[in-house]
Amino acid sequence: MIWIRFILIQNRAGKTRLAKWYMQFDDDEKQKLIEEVHAVVTVRDAKHTNFVEFRNFKIIYRRYAGLYFCICVDVNDNNLAYLEAIHNFVEVLNEYFHNVCELDLVFNFYKVYTVVDEMFLAGEIRETSQTKVLKQLLMLQSLE
Amino acid sequence: MSDIVEKTLTALPGLFLQNQSASGPAAAKASFSSRLGGLVRGITALTSKHEEEKLIQQELSNLKATVSAPTTTLKMMKECMVRLIYCEMLGYDASFGYIHAIKLAQQGNLLEKRVGYLAVSLFLHESHELLLLLVNTVVKDLQSTNLVEVCMALTIVSQIFPREMIPAVLPLIEDKLQHSKEIIRRKAVLALYKFYLIAPNQVQHIHIKFRKALCDRDVGVMAASLHIYLRMIKENSSAYKDLTGSFVTILKQVVGGKLPIDFNYHSVPAPWLQIQLLRILGLLGKDDQRTSELMYDVLDESLRRAELNHNVTYAILFECVHTVYSIYPKSELLEKAAKCIGKFVLSPKINLKYLGLKALTYVIQQDPTLALQHQMTIIECLDHPDPIIKRETLELLYRITNAQNITVIVQKMLEYLHQSKEEYIIVNLVGKIAELAEKYAPDNAWFVQTMNAVFSVGGDVMHPDIPNNFLRVLAEGFDDETENQQLRLYAVQSYFTLLDVENVFYPQRFLQVMSWVDASLSFLDGFVAEELSQGAAPYKPHHQRQEEKLSQEKVLSFEPYGLSFSSSGFSGRQSPAGISLGSDISGNSTETGLKETNSLKLEGIKKLWGKEGYLPKKESKTGDETEALPVPQENIIMENVDQIITKNDQSQALTQSKEEKEKQLLASSLFVGLGSESTINLLGKADTLSHKFRRKSKVKETKSGQTTTAQNMTCSSFSSSSNVTYEEDYYLDHLQDRGDKEVKKFSLNSELLDSESLTELPLVEKISNCRLSTPSLFADNNMEVFHPPQSTAASVANEISLAASLLEETTEHMHSDLMEVCNNETISVSSYKIWKDECLLMVWSVFNKSASELKSANLEIAPAENFKITEQPGCCLPVIEAESTKNFQYSVQMEKPFTEGNLSGFINYQVMDTHSVQLEFSVNLSLLDFIRPLKISTEDFGKLWLSFANDVKQNVKMSESQAALPSTLKALQQELRLHVVDIIGNEGLLACQLLPSIPCLLHFRVHGDMLALWFRSSCSTLPDYLLYQCQKVRAWIDPQVPVPIPCFHPGLTRAFKAECFVSVFLSSRCKKHGKSGGDLVSKDSESPGHLCIVYPETQS
Repeated sequence: MIWIRFILIQNRAGKTRLAKWYMQFDDDEKQKLIEEVHAVVTVRDAKHTNFVEFRNFKIIYRRYAGLYFCICVDVNDNNLAYLEAIHNFVEVLNEYFHNVCELDLVFNFYKVYTVVDEMFLAGEIRETSQTKVLKQLLMLQSLE
Repeated sequence: MSDIVEKTLTALPGLFLQNQSASGPAAAKASFSSRLGGLVRGITALTSKHEEEKLIQQELSNLKATVSAPTTTLKMMKECMVRLIYCEMLGYDASFGYIHAIKLAQQGNLLEKRVGYLAVSLFLHESHELLLLLVNTVVKDLQSTNLVEVCMALTIVSQIFPREMIPAVLPLIEDKLQHSKEIIRRKAVLALYKFYLIAPNQVQHIHIKFRKALCDRDVGVMAASLHIYLRMIKENSSAYKDLTGSFVTILKQVVGGKLPIDFNYHSVPAPWLQIQLLRILGLLGKDDQRTSELMYDVLDESLRRAELNHNVTYAILFECVHTVYSIYPKSELLEKAAKCIGKFVLSPKINLKYLGLKALTYVIQQDPTLALQHQMTIIECLDHPDPIIKRETLELLYRITNAQNITVIVQKMLEYLHQSKEEYIIVNLVGKIAELAEKYAPDNAWFVQTMNAVFSVGGDVMHPDIPNNFLRVLAEGFDDETENQQLRLYAVQSYFTLLDVENVFYPQRFLQVMSWVDASLSFLDGFVAEELSQGAAPYKPHHQRQEEKLSQEKVLSFEPYGLSFSSSGFSGRQSPAGISLGSDISGNSTETGLKETNSLKLEGIKKLWGKEGYLPKKESKTGDETEALPVPQENIIMENVDQIITKNDQSQALTQSKEEKEKQLLASSLFVGLGSESTINLLGKADTLSHKFRRKSKVKETKSGQTTTAQNMTCSSFSSSSNVTYEEDYYLDHLQDRGDKEVKKFSLNSELLDSESLTELPLVEKISNCRLSTPSLFADNNMEVFHPPQSTAASVANEISLAASLLEETTEHMHSDLMEVCNNETISVSSYKIWKDECLLMVWSVFNKSASELKSANLEIAPAENFKITEQPGCCLPVIEAESTKNFQYSVQMEKPFTEGNLSGFINYQVMDTHSVQLEFSVNLSLLDFIRPLKISTEDFGKLWLSFANDVKQNVKMSESQAALPSTLKALQQELRLHVVDIIGNEGLLACQLLPSIPCLLHFRVHGDMLALWFRSSCSTLPDYLLYQCQKVRAWIDPQVPVPIPCFHPGLTRAFKAECFVSVFLSSRCKKHGKSGGDLVSKDSESPGHLCIVYPETQS
């Protein structure tokens, strides 16, 4: 029903930095998925594709330093479109946090969720224009 | 969140690092005012999961106390909520806070509300009961004049909203479609999209408003509406055809760069929007020429514009190719799209290569020639280290499977299947294998074996249709009734073999299938009776019949690799002798005639496993034939062939590497039938007939057709440097060999094949001692045999009387001489081996010499490493009467290949309730006890050959080049139980299997005075062992030739290596003394004691 099933950000050790679910899973299932994703993604070689089959979905992932950004989508989806959506997202984070690093995401994880909600909604890529996303984020930021 | 916290967090990296090196808790107190920061930092500093759990549980109990305390302010609550989110994200249960999150969203100020909504969206799912409590808050916020509040409400609605409450908010959201701020309109469209997903009929009445959104002046709103349209068009494309023009116009504007620069991503205009539009166009244009015509221009432009070398450009191209192939075809566009796929496939970037494969998989049904062009890349991808690439390649192969390439493709699929653990992949693959096997199985044996593999791997998880269909095939069968019987028999037999193996657990489903088939064994009785009454020969096991059939067919096996000569002009000749004579004569008479035969033969070999097998000729042929199609494939083909050639030129020097050749071999067997007749094949594949065993004859027909055309092309102007070089090599090679070998070949053929058809009885070492009869009682009935008392009861005499009571059907089992292994005054234990087709049956015959009854007689065989020993039923009575014999049988299987091993055991019994006596014994087993001929056709040989990864090669010098090949093959056939598959010119093909079913293929080639031995097997060590055995035989034939040391595989046992050294050592010694080396080698190598002495010496 939904294109994106979940978005996960994990570090190499498997610590969750962000987990956004667009499908209904119970808590145990979520933890199981997180562990499984970590297991399938971290073993992969840098020379491998950025795609991996996962149950009856596929995971598009991209590694930035020690962080894995993973999007779980339908098998028939356009891989590169999501791969670039990840990159677009990271570019926004980089702009928003001024040279983003893992610690920014760790300590401001709730802000990262806001960024996700601005860019992905209802399991779809909602907003791709970086300027528009940042404008909205800064507007929300100014409230604080 | 306060500014102080904000600043502290920004300064964190430095503090954090400092903290890790210094002592933790002390520094924590000093530097953190934020409790969230403290929590996060505290967790990060911990090393073990256990510590983390302790800390978080403590944190959670604190939080629980805080949130439920009446004094807690909303500000504090907000802070607690963030910490709760963090704990929940790490997988801890924070459900006590859910209700407080809803309260916070309801009561808090803007900031607090935001955290409340965030927490709710993360904590709850759309069917959570607490969510109902949020509806009022959402309604209130939607009506707010504050834009941020409206935004927050719309965001939560697009994420989670209870379906039954949609009517409560729908009018409010509809209103927002007219809101002045585009961000509100955008989010409102998304919320409606969400409603469409969860309750499509609730938003039916506002379809007109979606159209308004599509025409919104804001690009973001329009883009958001595309999500809804994509869904709606997917469900019912005909209702939205009128919008095609609008979508095309929008795409034109986007591609043309008319959008605000804000939407550019790496200078590509709104790539995701383009992809979305392309997808919609693909759905609209499917099977609709008129609609498709509207979009040809814009698709062409998209393909043209997307030239920037960036991932996102490729994302658009990929979608565009997909669309071009989805809509009503236009040749120009298809041509461009095909070129695009080529770019993907040949890209050095692995992601693009993968997508290239994916695209090929998608277009293969429409355009099989495209796969032909990229066959070498596909072959490479088959062994790619990235499993997803392998999988996609298999998916591609699955779609081009036909009766000719099925065995190779299914073999590849099974290989992958055995490596995968993912349930989804297993379910998917076994389904495909079962489907293909049912459609294209080349013969019954293959079908049953493949299905056995499917059931044993996927039995527990597979779709129930698979066993059902399989049983239906067994039950209903085909038109040919004998075929049915054969199939069922084969299935039953294979199950017996499988069930004989101990300690293997088969999935429940598999056992069900087996028992179903077993239960229906009664159908055989009727069949047997009926046939017998009609004067049929008595029952013979399947393998025997197969054998007979094969020996009858042998006369025909002059055809190289199972190909017919019909195309060559020899078709009129009836006898194979005529054929051989003909070619023989031409070989000696004129150059032209010679060439004809030669090239003819070459083509035949080439087809399946010859050294070329490359398909460019076929391609050009395909191009010619498909000209009539709307797609001008010829151009594409030529271009791509050029590409391949250039690639070859670059990547290779003048000679092709060995792997390259092998890949081409594989390519030829995989892509066979994909050329001109591919359309037929693909159509055939699409039909719904579920069991369609294509018989070989059909395949041959097509093939001989191909041979003719291929032959015509031999001298065509195809020019790839590498190929030409190679071809020349091959011709030279062949010319060189031809002279005397041609003559030799035919005499050899007749000699060997004669001997084979007469005595297709592979013998083992002790051939002279063997009897051609077996007490069938042991083999089949498992009954005890009681003999009348004999005065001087010698066990040998007893055995003779046993031999007299044979049943016909087991006479083909070879067995060794009865050999006494131990005795005392009361009993004599003898043993012999029965080399059954499916196992080695060891029989211990215990003869009671005394005049009294023996009680509690029990024979036990000690478990031995490398052997799987299974007691055969039939020796349940623990009593041996006076002067009678009792037999104990054990079937023995080798678990992993090695040269020799010992089976030891003991017998104990009681005489007249007195004492118990125990006698020990042992017997020696050799690898050869487990080698059986593998009776396959030349065609199957070719296929199997390609599918095996483990090979061993060895060149040995021969002393007498003329007679060496036939005599060697003959000796091997007899000594090692090898099956001579075919002899073609100076090459001999042999096949055998190590029980239960490890095949090994042997290829012998005489070149001058060199004999090139080439072994291939699915088992890594078997080739080495067999090579060694062959060399032993050779040494026996020709004592002048030293036994070379086999190349040692790391998996070989130490004892085996030692044995090799011994034999080398011995043969060199024998040479010195002028004695025949072979005798010594075979004798001495059997004594394991010898090995220990020599091994360390030779090693140093």
